Amino acid sequence: MSGPPVSIPPVEGARGGLQDRESALAKLMIAPAVLFIVAMIGVPFVMAVLYSLSDATTGDPSIRIVGLRNFKAALEDPVFRLALWNTVFFTLASQCIVVLLSRLLATALLKNFRGKWLVRFLIMLPWTAPISLGTIGWLWMFDSIFSPIDWVLRYVGLLGAPGALLGAGTNLYYLGVPGLAISSIILVDVWRILPLATVIQLAGLSSIPRDLLEAAEVDGAPPWRRTLMITIPLTLPITSIAFLFGVVFTFTDLVVVYVLTRGGPIHATQVLSSWTFFKGIEGGDLAQGAAISLFMFPVLAAVAILILRTARRTEVV
Amino acid sequence: MTNVRKLAGRGGLYALLGAFAFFGAFPFYWMVIATFKTDHDLFSPLNNPFLFNEPPTLDHLKNLLFETHFHTYLTNTLWVGLAVVVITLVVAVPAAYSLARWARGWGEMLGIGIFLTYLVPPTILFIPLSRFTSSLGLQESLWSLILVYPTFTIPFCTWLLMGFFKTIPKDIEEQAMIDGLSRFGAMWKVVLPLSISGVLTVVVFAFTLSMHEFIYALTFISVSMKKTVSIGVPTELVRGDVFQWGSLMAGALIASLPVAVVYTFFLDRFVAGFTMGAVK
Repeated sequence: MSGPPVSIPPVEGARGGLQDRESALAKLMIAPAVLFIVAMIGVPFVMAVLYSLSDATTGDPSIRIVGLRNFKAALEDPVFRLALWNTVFFTLASQCIVVLLSRLLATALLKNFRGKWLVRFLIMLPWTAPISLGTIGWLWMFDSIFSPIDWVLRYVGLLGAPGALLGAGTNLYYLGVPGLAISSIILVDVWRILPLATVIQLAGLSSIPRDLLEAAEVDGAPPWRRTLMITIPLTLPITSIAFLFGVVFTFTDLVVVYVLTRGGPIHATQVLSSWTFFKGIEGGDLAQGAAISLFMFPVLAAVAILILRTARRTEVV
Repeated sequence: MTNVRKLAGRGGLYALLGAFAFFGAFPFYWMVIATFKTDHDLFSPLNNPFLFNEPPTLDHLKNLLFETHFHTYLTNTLWVGLAVVVITLVVAVPAAYSLARWARGWGEMLGIGIFLTYLVPPTILFIPLSRFTSSLGLQESLWSLILVYPTFTIPFCTWLLMGFFKTIPKDIEEQAMIDGLSRFGAMWKVVLPLSISGVLTVVVFAFTLSMHEFIYALTFISVSMKKTVSIGVPTELVRGDVFQWGSLMAGALIASLPVAVVYTFFLDRFVAGFTMGAVK
């Protein structure tokens, strides 16, 4: 992933002298960035592939190629299969919610109202604050005994009384029951990406030419029709971009799962990144870890291509 | 009639925004409450958790600042962040300038290629990079982070700066060169001062992204004294199985808010980078 090879087409007219020196300077100035990226992203990526084909461990990190054994072992492992499914499911579920909510929120933020900066600051907090620290706040909110959500449910009588709708126990154990733990992770994923998606959508909405909407209004088009025929088609590319970046960030994220559940209970919330970490670093099986992480690559490559296509298509318009 | 409608619309708008603001900020409000609550109040399941049932206390803050390594995490974060900012500027400014000014066909491709490397996630790179940094003898060292963090700051910041430099008309430099400045002098004395807001944006992002980073720090550093806030608070403020919730929340809050305030100001530029000109 180090970008295409550098080759300079013949400069028109080739005026020599200054022109030559400029092209040398151009290459010289870009060289450090390209070298760094090749050395610190390109080479490690190749190393990840080599590790995945080897039997390296943290005890013996030398690379001896053993073929596709690690990939086969991963696919036969039920925990891996669950992690793969969870990764896809968490990503799609959270990002579909994010696209809908962010459109709604962006439309609201487009209006003028008092205290906008404060509202904006509060709404953006999940993205602007370090994710591991924000997630700590959720950990305390999902606490098995002192969860404020449970307190509210008990207060309104949905929980903790005999015959209550959600059961007679005093707590729901958000991170201790598979179904609830999965929902909790998805909720925090939504919480985390919503601000980013909103700002991207906002940029899309505010780029719609006003006169287009006004003209439609003058022609008597009702609001739903203006939305359907003008706003949605015109902002479709930017909505796709918001969705795709959300997919990249959620698909590869380790923090939310690591802080909230460590993949538990009994692997119910394990995802590819957490399973990579537990196998490859904590378990010391570098080869297996690298193989697990590479299962993310096809999806990322596909998303990157889609992002490029979307961006290019809009530039032509 | 229209007035009533308008008023209802206004009310709906505020209700909607209020709900979203509540959703976004509630975990942080929750941190504020826990920071100043006495343990007794915090750990009584019958107390209303949203209010102070007993007078607020500064005990958790004192504990955080004087009894834990929290200040060390902050200093570590600061050093790593500043070093990453410097490296990012030194590498990304010339690269972005070169791409913006001299690049024709290949430059556009190269620029996009550089941006795409931002999408290669740490979750694929952290295993080989952990071997790499430890083979350099940098395990348990902040230098390992300083070396690795530019892998995500350089691609993104180069891309962002390229956009900035493109908005500065070429004529300005050409005029400066006619007036006797060298090519390099024109860049250094004319273009760079004009793009100071772009450079500032890059400084903010390189620092924020370093501060947010979790996976590399978790993998490379396990000694408490070398941790950054993003891993120190979640992993170290827990004694055995006992969570010191008050201090934990105080730490999360103090480390989050300043960076969030600064970041909010620059968020639109960050997004302009993401949308890659898809919005005019």
